[in-house]
Amino acid sequence: MFNYNKYLRNDKLPHIWCTGCGCGIVLKSLLRAIERSKIPQDEIAVVSGIGCSSRTPGYLDFNTLHTTHGRAIAFATGLKLAKQKLKVIVVTGDGDATAIGGNHFIHAARRNLDLTVVIYNNYIYGMTGGQVSPTTPAGKRGSTAPYGNVEPAFDISQLAIAAGAPFVARSTCYHAVQLDKYIHKGIIKKGFSVIEVLSPCPTYYARPNRLGNVVDMMEWYKNNSVQIGVARNKSVQEMEGKITIGILHDTERPEFCEVYRELSESIKKQLVK
Amino acid sequence: MTNEVETKLITGNEACAEAALVAGMRFFAGYPITPSTEIAECLARRLPKVGGTFVQMEDEIASMAAIIGASLAGAKSMTATSGPGFSLMQENIGYASMAEIPCVVVNVQRGGPSTGLPTLPAQGDVMQSRWGTHGDHPIIVVTPSTVRETYDWTIKAFNLAERFRVPVVVLLDEIVAHISEKIVYPKDAEIEIVDRKITERDPSSYLPYENTDSDIPPFAEFGIGYRYHVTGLCHDETGFPTNDPKKVDKLTRRLNRKIERYRNEIIFYKESFLEEAEICVVVYGSAARSAYRAVSDARKLGYKVGILHLFVLWPFPHEALSKIAKRIKFFVVPEMNLGQMAHEISCATKQEVVKVNRVDGGLITPVEILEKIKSVQL
Ligand SMILES: Cc1ncc(C[n+]2csc(CCOP(=O)(O)OP(=O)(O)O)c2C)c(N)n1
Ligand code: SF4
Repeated sequence: MFNYNKYLRNDKLPHIWCTGCGCGIVLKSLLRAIERSKIPQDEIAVVSGIGCSSRTPGYLDFNTLHTTHGRAIAFATGLKLAKQKLKVIVVTGDGDATAIGGNHFIHAARRNLDLTVVIYNNYIYGMTGGQVSPTTPAGKRGSTAPYGNVEPAFDISQLAIAAGAPFVARSTCYHAVQLDKYIHKGIIKKGFSVIEVLSPCPTYYARPNRLGNVVDMMEWYKNNSVQIGVARNKSVQEMEGKITIGILHDTERPEFCEVYRELSESIKKQLVK
Repeated sequence: MTNEVETKLITGNEACAEAALVAGMRFFAGYPITPSTEIAECLARRLPKVGGTFVQMEDEIASMAAIIGASLAGAKSMTATSGPGFSLMQENIGYASMAEIPCVVVNVQRGGPSTGLPTLPAQGDVMQSRWGTHGDHPIIVVTPSTVRETYDWTIKAFNLAERFRVPVVVLLDEIVAHISEKIVYPKDAEIEIVDRKITERDPSSYLPYENTDSDIPPFAEFGIGYRYHVTGLCHDETGFPTNDPKKVDKLTRRLNRKIERYRNEIIFYKESFLEEAEICVVVYGSAARSAYRAVSDARKLGYKVGILHLFVLWPFPHEALSKIAKRIKFFVVPEMNLGQMAHEISCATKQEVVKVNRVDGGLITPVEILEKIKSVQL
């Protein structure tokens, strides 16, 4: 059995998360994926924004950077470019990544810098007490949508694909084994990889929406997730209200660090001539 | 760079970019905005040639974030912008103050508020550069008035950022940025370069935010074995968030004391003709160009007038001003804003000051300053 203690700052525990929160599940999956990648601990940096999910790095024994709300990817861009041997992993929430940080998210996908972004999608702003986020489904309640959300939701994975991310996968906290695999693939992928994880917030999403406790949320993930291979053969009507999980997109594109390095070297060669 | 004396005709923006490279800057992130854009353009050409990295980010918030990330990886980093972009950077400037990440932010001032006067000069960001981000925070702000001074003060800005682990703002304005002047480059041997103090501790005993005698915690870059936490939240010496009132108080006071206690080593100004003066023109940035001329003309007319030229605006030289105030009857303060520094000077000297202000996009002329000097009733 893999010993998590290797990567935990045990003196910083207990964590701040509520009972039943999905953040801990994603944290453990991330650690298993890192272990599998065999990347030395000193060469891993974990960067986050602000939110419950963004508290993850504090508990992890890597180079950890807890930034400002929405800006994790932008901080990570500077860190990676200035020290390319670092494996830079961004952990972020749905609000952090796609509301306030939405611009950085799509541009990083377009730029294709070698970053691995794990997005904990709990459909809500957990940290600030349950306001709606860009991923709250229409009609669902939040403290700022007392009569139900009047806005439609983003599909984070589709957004990432459209913006140019070469690797995009989605899983849920119920499908933890798959999640390990996707995060691992994201880590070893050269380029901007996005792993969207549906993660329960029993406190501020499930309760106001009468979705039960965390066990009910897990049941819901289990019963409503459809593997991409199966989903492809289903009609739009059949997929209504379902979540497609799996590796949604995996392709090759020139990575920014490499493109810049090649450019730099060719300019220097011309200078020598 | 050279040990021969080399002369060149360049703009302030070019001088700023060249000086940053001499200071050791190897990472620039920015977003285009007049009148600062030439700095980015120059560095886009130069950085890949010297093994550095230039990246055009999606906005100024991201630019500021990226230079902090790069600095944490050990690179000297910089961004350049103007008023609207400077406003967008404020939250992350506060982050750099809080997390003690050295970096340099160049703000080529233009008329404001809002989009204001994109192509014309102003000095309206003096207070924003000090207090733009929320909370009590340390910051250093320098402001040159010629191309050669821009070169020197850009290097000094990096040195100050590195030494004190703070963001340093270089306030230029459209005039200094775009004017072409002959510059005699300093010889290599004349240039002092300061690098951040690196920890001597081993990783197991390293405290990233240790309370040391100097108040400036030694640095360890990411990725070399010191695995620690950095946050914009109030934190303890390990870098981990805390709400403990004692620890928060200690941190906030240390962060600010770190600059306050060294203020005399940071502050820099030049005095001219002040020994026998009864009138003192206090000036900074482009307005100083006109002030020297006005004072020279006034002295020819028999006025006992001198100049106090400020190069470091923050920390503000309160002591120097209150000392000078003992012998001076009138202070004249020309600035391209409605009196942002005049207020500070008035506080320090406990005197009403005579303001010379323009907010129409024009440089204050020597004649305008001269008229004010003549108008004071000695
Ligand atoms: C600039 C700024 N605006 C607003 C906030 C307040 N805030 C903190 S966390 C948060 C939302 C977090 O939601 P999400 O990213 O989905 O993460 P979660 O807490 O659900 O994991 C907000 C709005 C802030 N810290 N900074
Ligand atoms: S509020 Fe929600 S997201 Fe935040 S810790 Fe509690 S359960 Fe987790």
